[in-house]
Amino acid sequence: MDKIKNLAELRKMREGMQGKMSMRENSNSSEAIIQIKVGMATSGIASGAKETMNYLITEIDKRQIKALVMQVGDMGYCHAEPTVEVTIPGKDPVVFGNVNIARAQEIIDKYIVNGELIEGILPANYRSI
Amino acid sequence: MAIKMHILVCGGTGCTASGSKEIIEELNKELTAHDLNDFAKVVVTGCFGFCERGPIVKIIPDNTFYTRVKPEDAKEIIEEHIIKGRKVQRLLYVAPDTNQSVSDSKHMEFYKKQVRIALRNCGFIDPENIDESIARDGYAALGKCLTEMTPEQVIDEIKKSGLRGRGGAGFPTGLKWEIASKSRVGEQKYVVCNADEGDPGAFMDRSLLEGDPHSILEAMAICGYCIGANHGLIYIRAEYPLAIHRLQVAIEQAEQYGLLGKDILGTGFDFTIELRYGAGAFVCGEETALIHSMEGKRGEPTFKPPFPAQSGYLEKPTNVNNVETYANIPVIINKGADWFNKIGTEKSKGTKVFALAGKINNVGLIEVPMGITLREIIYEIGGGIKGGKKFKAVQTGGPSGGCLTEKHLDTPIDYDSLVAAGSMMGSGGMIVMDEDDCMVAIAKFYLGFTVDESCGKCTPCRVGNKRLLEILTKITEGKGTMQDLEELKNLSNVIKDTALCGLGQTSPNPVLSTINNFWDEYVEHVTEKKCRAGQCKALKKYVIDPDKCKGCTACARACPVSAITGTVKNPHVIDQDKCIKCGTCYEKCKFGAISIK
Repeated sequence: MDKIKNLAELRKMREGMQGKMSMRENSNSSEAIIQIKVGMATSGIASGAKETMNYLITEIDKRQIKALVMQVGDMGYCHAEPTVEVTIPGKDPVVFGNVNIARAQEIIDKYIVNGELIEGILPANYRSI
Repeated sequence: MAIKMHILVCGGTGCTASGSKEIIEELNKELTAHDLNDFAKVVVTGCFGFCERGPIVKIIPDNTFYTRVKPEDAKEIIEEHIIKGRKVQRLLYVAPDTNQSVSDSKHMEFYKKQVRIALRNCGFIDPENIDESIARDGYAALGKCLTEMTPEQVIDEIKKSGLRGRGGAGFPTGLKWEIASKSRVGEQKYVVCNADEGDPGAFMDRSLLEGDPHSILEAMAICGYCIGANHGLIYIRAEYPLAIHRLQVAIEQAEQYGLLGKDILGTGFDFTIELRYGAGAFVCGEETALIHSMEGKRGEPTFKPPFPAQSGYLEKPTNVNNVETYANIPVIINKGADWFNKIGTEKSKGTKVFALAGKINNVGLIEVPMGITLREIIYEIGGGIKGGKKFKAVQTGGPSGGCLTEKHLDTPIDYDSLVAAGSMMGSGGMIVMDEDDCMVAIAKFYLGFTVDESCGKCTPCRVGNKRLLEILTKITEGKGTMQDLEELKNLSNVIKDTALCGLGQTSPNPVLSTINNFWDEYVEHVTEKKCRAGQCKALKKYVIDPDKCKGCTACARACPVSAITGTVKNPHVIDQDKCIKCGTCYEKCKFGAISIK
């Protein structure tokens, strides 16, 4: 390990490290940031939810968007797997169906970054308690 | 592929004792078996605080909080949660009031009212990885002090924050540093961290050192910069092996990064830290005794003045602070005194860490803002009394403190209100007692502890406490008189006024405070020879109910002192003079004919 020579170097190092810790920081304040839930039940995984999730995590990380990607169980939309639910703080959750990598990209570009709604939103047919 | 999930496992002493090491091994084995090492990683952290439900495993990013995890559960956690994203329901915490499982720790009553400043990194970072500490602003405060602030400015900031010593007495920390900085300027000085935590049932400092050692090292260096010292010593008990190990690792890593040692961050400031081990003597928590112990002398206190700030370790000016006090320093520097002094009450700023123990549902480590009430701590965070019993008292300040009772439940807790209530803040042990606890026996327990731990240097403590213990023993054996109760009070006051150091001056506190709050219980022991809690063995009376006794002779055969007489198929009788109250007959009786009166 090299010595840290001055305060600027320490601060730079802290920033570098914060990226690796952001997952833990964000999970502590999950209500305040964008939450992306990927349905990873058998039907989801079989239709490619793993690839979708990997893409989302890498992309969110790359663009430094403050969002939390979580895997969850079956959301019930087996006809439209993989399904992704996005909750922007203060708004109702929106569920997207048939999310392959291309659609995942669209979700990030349009809905998450600009708040635009896109085609293929599933009507929310449940209420969480 | 980047790591997408962190599995945080508590590596504090409590959870380690209940098997977290094996859990970590199993989790890693399962991750390897499923080829998931580049997807999820296991992070060993410090204490989460919810020791009652340990070992704790927390899954990030969904913040799932698993309790009482066993090594066998590792497979299910990996296969269900990590691979399939399904929470393992049976390991979730079930809220006792609603009977619903709570997966996210944020929504648990235990955490809702807590404000974590000193414990900010405990249960969050890997204490053996300096990089994780740096990500959480580790050493940023030291850097700020060294490059952007003068020692006077730092001391002013600490003074403005209103931080008071967390070791018990509550001396203003900024003032302490100022005195040390002005003492014998230019001479060799020392910074000492008092990690000799000796109260029965207290584990705040240990958990802090185990969970976040770098904050302590950083704060000691800041203190060195302020008072003009370049060497620090941590006095820690040898019976804290895990805390010692984490400190050793932390010191080594900080040295490698140049955050300790020569020319820190290119500012020309040097600071080194070494560990000194104590053999676990309560009196060595007293600062003059601690310094003598570090010098290799007997751990005995000396008269103050001179205070350590004037003449301490090796007769040089020395600043001694407690672990938790240091843990607050980096936050005050980073966030500012004005942020800190908004938390708490008028005269007690910030938060306090308490170790909750005794007859309470949620035993654990908590950090709450000053000014919180005892009721909130016991009934909301602590989840109430075990087994739905009635609350009786809580002992704060350990053997030096006193007990608080039902009438104090709504008093806001701070240094001054606790003293006014006849107890003290102490280092933060909180032992909860219910209706089954006898207050005379409690006072006797604490006196037994101080008699053991007294160094024997001054007469009031060495002899006085012994006499107090004898009187208390007499009372619990049913041989006490009203005269004894008077003597108990007088002697306690004499010891308080005449003992040499803090240990002796405070040792009668448990007696005085139980006398004040539970006088009728003492009187009952003396006049009626009765212990309402049924704890004083000698006052118990075993009686056979002649209507229920079938004359089976089982009790008479089992009695070790042949105190039971009677013939077959006729009711038996216990000779109270012979009975030694061992309870064997009570256990042997199949008909429930024997009762305790």
